[in-house]
Amino acid sequence: MTVHRNDLQLDAEGRLRHFLSIDGLSKTLLTSIMDTAESFTGVAERNVKKVPLLRGKTIANLFFENSTRTQTTFELAAKRLSADVLSINIATSATSKGESLLDTIRNLEAMHVDMFVVRHAASGASHFIARNAAPHVSVINAGDGRHSHPTQAMLDMFTIRRNKGDFGDLKVAIVGDILHSRVARSQIHALNILGAREVRVVAPRTLLPTKVEQLGVSAFHNLDQGLRDVDVVIMLRLQKERMRGALLPSEHEYFNCFGLTEDRLRHAKPDVIVMHPGPINRGVEIDSRVVDGPHSVILQQVSYGIAIRMAVMSMAIHSEAKAAGGGAG
Amino acid sequence: MIDPARGIDTQRTVYIADRTIAGLGTAPDGFRADREIHVPGQIVCPGLIDLCARLREPGHEYKATIASETFAASRGGITTLCSPPDTSPAIDTPAVAELLKERAELVGKATVLPIGALTQGLKGTELSEMSALKEAGCTAVSNALAPVANILVLRRAMEYAASHDLLLIIRPEDPWLRDNGVAHEGAVATLLGLPGVPQTAETVAVAQALELIEQTGVRAHFSQLSSARAVDMIALAQENDIPVTADVSAHQLHLTEQSLMGFDPLYHLIPPLRTQHDRERLRRGLLDETITAVCSDHQPHEEGAKLDAFSSTEPGISSLETLLPLTLRLVQGGDLSLPQAIARLTSGPARILNLTSGTLTPGSPADLCIFDPEQAWIVNSDTWCSRGLNTPFWGQMMKGRVTHTVLAGKIVFEASPTENAE
Repeated sequence: MTVHRNDLQLDAEGRLRHFLSIDGLSKTLLTSIMDTAESFTGVAERNVKKVPLLRGKTIANLFFENSTRTQTTFELAAKRLSADVLSINIATSATSKGESLLDTIRNLEAMHVDMFVVRHAASGASHFIARNAAPHVSVINAGDGRHSHPTQAMLDMFTIRRNKGDFGDLKVAIVGDILHSRVARSQIHALNILGAREVRVVAPRTLLPTKVEQLGVSAFHNLDQGLRDVDVVIMLRLQKERMRGALLPSEHEYFNCFGLTEDRLRHAKPDVIVMHPGPINRGVEIDSRVVDGPHSVILQQVSYGIAIRMAVMSMAIHSEAKAAGGGAG
Repeated sequence: MIDPARGIDTQRTVYIADRTIAGLGTAPDGFRADREIHVPGQIVCPGLIDLCARLREPGHEYKATIASETFAASRGGITTLCSPPDTSPAIDTPAVAELLKERAELVGKATVLPIGALTQGLKGTELSEMSALKEAGCTAVSNALAPVANILVLRRAMEYAASHDLLLIIRPEDPWLRDNGVAHEGAVATLLGLPGVPQTAETVAVAQALELIEQTGVRAHFSQLSSARAVDMIALAQENDIPVTADVSAHQLHLTEQSLMGFDPLYHLIPPLRTQHDRERLRRGLLDETITAVCSDHQPHEEGAKLDAFSSTEPGISSLETLLPLTLRLVQGGDLSLPQAIARLTSGPARILNLTSGTLTPGSPADLCIFDPEQAWIVNSDTWCSRGLNTPFWGQMMKGRVTHTVLAGKIVFEASPTENAE
């Protein structure tokens, strides 16, 4: 069954064609994404922050859901690869005028776009687009519903690798709203594929999906226990809507039980790193002193995001170019 | 010839005269055939009765019509179809019920039995005029997929339906627990990040309804069960002589949540596809007769209804033409005998609705399905009749092919000889 999704993401030679979800990809591929990103980290420090890899290619950022940071880093990554970039905020554009998702895609294809970067509120939206897009087009998932956010997970893995080296000895705790989080799902897959020793999820039961253990994690409902001896803590953003859905009583109680403070962080290893995919709610899921404190690598995540997105975009477009050049279809 | 209603499974000639079965084995006095059909190696059984098929008329003719879907039914050996009341307008007045019946009669491919709306406009608050609906030919009432406002309305509706000796059809689902769910709440939905429909959305609704059925004494039928626990609960109620019956849709007997991997909207169904354990219990429920009917739960859609991200698509399968072969798959897999399988498509649903059809007893309507149980065919556009192409079985091989369908003594479908030769 996973094979089906593999087929969609990989070309005949097993190279990245679309980047839709981490699930089903190999350790080798994830490592090569990080290695490629490594080679791009220097670009930003140069005087001319550009490489000509995607010159002449057109990339469309299709954001059916707003996201300042993800959209900006994708745009910057594409520009540093010398691609032409269209950023379309569809939350206020075509589909709200009754145009279907497929019509929007068809129109952009007619403008000879080579790659779609898609953010959408429905799980599986980028699978749908990848399945229905013209054969020369690559699709990068920039977040679909609760399902997957693979570039975020890869920049998180890259941040962990740069700080910790090997994954084999690491204990990682992901804290917060796992149920609604595409980031958490992708991180869990990536950590397991890369061989992390233990992946924990920490949340009240209302914010954990059914059978979450089957994703390869152990579940904790107590933050202190969940943090014990971990090397990496990943905090997730808590959306205010959760209070209305009877999932939580109040922000106050949530912070008391699951908010990360300096005190609580002492349960983790002394050299623990603290991550957050952003945007941060200071004082809701994490205390300001932790965000700005010595364990925090939150800003590193943002800058590595550009290198990872450059890596994924250049790999996907090049696999497509080779496949087309070789006459494969 | 197989007539499960009377336990007959033998080689015999069926004589038809004046729209009814005139005799079996020996010709009635003075019988002279206008036409003879010889069907060596084939099965002659009562025409199939489908307890749930959406024809999309009136109101959703862009999806399908009574003409297109009754034609597809005849192609599938189905001679009687129940239309749920969620047409537009809903079947909550005699006029709409009569319109459905009359249009179907005009087309002449299958008998359509309208199911009356339980509440006005299916809004779940005020009772429909059930007595008038019964006069207009509704043998049962239902609120289809729409919830009733609260449990008191359900109790009153049951009492009122019981007063008019109407069958109440319940598709059990608690709307609060279903919430915005689109897939079985379990490992696959968790992996795919799809909002879940918990098993309890079904079982809580079954439990509530069973309590009220016992209290009110209404005849009730649970439609399209999807979970093992619901089958167990209904089996227990039947042991305690509570008057309940149940059906399952044919695709629930074969598919599971695993099919959703890959986000193919053709597997977007409500109730959702559940686990292998649920599927096994549904199959056993057919064998132990907790479930006495298999329905198609036919929901034809226009192409656009399935062209979107999974959760944004409309649920449902176009399934009239696969009802018989999917049920026969249970015979091929050893779950049911051939007469048992045919019973769940004929005498079983007939008994639930108190119909005189569904049997080959002399005097009953001459509705017949003749099929070749060995003939294999591929689901593709060459022979597909329904306007809805939304089947996940597209391109798959099916075994068991209808060669003739007879409605009230008239041949309404006959496979072309080339097709037989395939």
